[in-house]
Amino acid sequence: MSSEPAASGGLRPRPLSPHLQIYRRQLTSVLSILHRASGIALSAGALLLVWWLIAAAAGPESYATFSAATGSILGRVLLFGWTLSFFYHLANGIRHLWWDTGRGLDLPSVYRSGYAVLGFTVVASLAAWILGYWMRGA
Amino acid sequence: MATDTRSPVARVRGLGSAKEGVQHWWVQRLTALALVPLSIWFAAGVVALAGASHAEAAAWIGHPLNATLMILTLGLTFHHGQLGVQVIVEDYVHAEGAKLALLILVKLLALALAVAGALAVLRLMIGSAA
Repeated sequence: MSSEPAASGGLRPRPLSPHLQIYRRQLTSVLSILHRASGIALSAGALLLVWWLIAAAAGPESYATFSAATGSILGRVLLFGWTLSFFYHLANGIRHLWWDTGRGLDLPSVYRSGYAVLGFTVVASLAAWILGYWMRGA
Repeated sequence: MATDTRSPVARVRGLGSAKEGVQHWWVQRLTALALVPLSIWFAAGVVALAGASHAEAAAWIGHPLNATLMILTLGLTFHHGQLGVQVIVEDYVHAEGAKLALLILVKLLALALAVAGALAVLRLMIGSAA
């Protein structure tokens, strides 16, 4: 090799990869990090599940506090975020399990399943909320 | 020179970069697989209970079938969740002390929350039967 670090008084700064500022994102990498992000969101959401169960066991007063918090605007926004995370992590998790069998790993299949997961996430989340509001109204 | 009677594979097992085999990976997949039907059941239950009164929610959770599925969901969710968070901590926290402290905290917290949730479910089930 022609480069001699000792001559220049130290190591040359080496290029880092990937350059996040100029990195062109692809569906594959975005969905990959979203799986992790939704997993973290759901771990936090599991606290809400435990709160729900404990509030129900503690009695009507505790349950009213829980219902007021989750029924508020902020509560509903968070719940919708958790709904998206839930259906995304569920669908993409099934995609991962399918990959674990060695299938669907070629690029066209990966893109197709990626778009399918995104579509399912949006449709299932909206359907869950529309159904929820509809049942409350009925 | 002492003779080592162990087989070569016995001597290297557990000494790879991960210091373990496929156990973590496998349990993460098993819990994921079990959570697929439980998640669908859970989502359907929560949608049906949207805006429900305390009495309705308590009766639904306390039903023996729902209580059983809910306790399974709790155990598998927190086990699956702490496995995932473990990998994230191992990926991003490089200080050995902080990493170990966080991993212990995550695992104990997951266990405590799963137990707390399961006890609440049991209370609703036994309370409604009495």
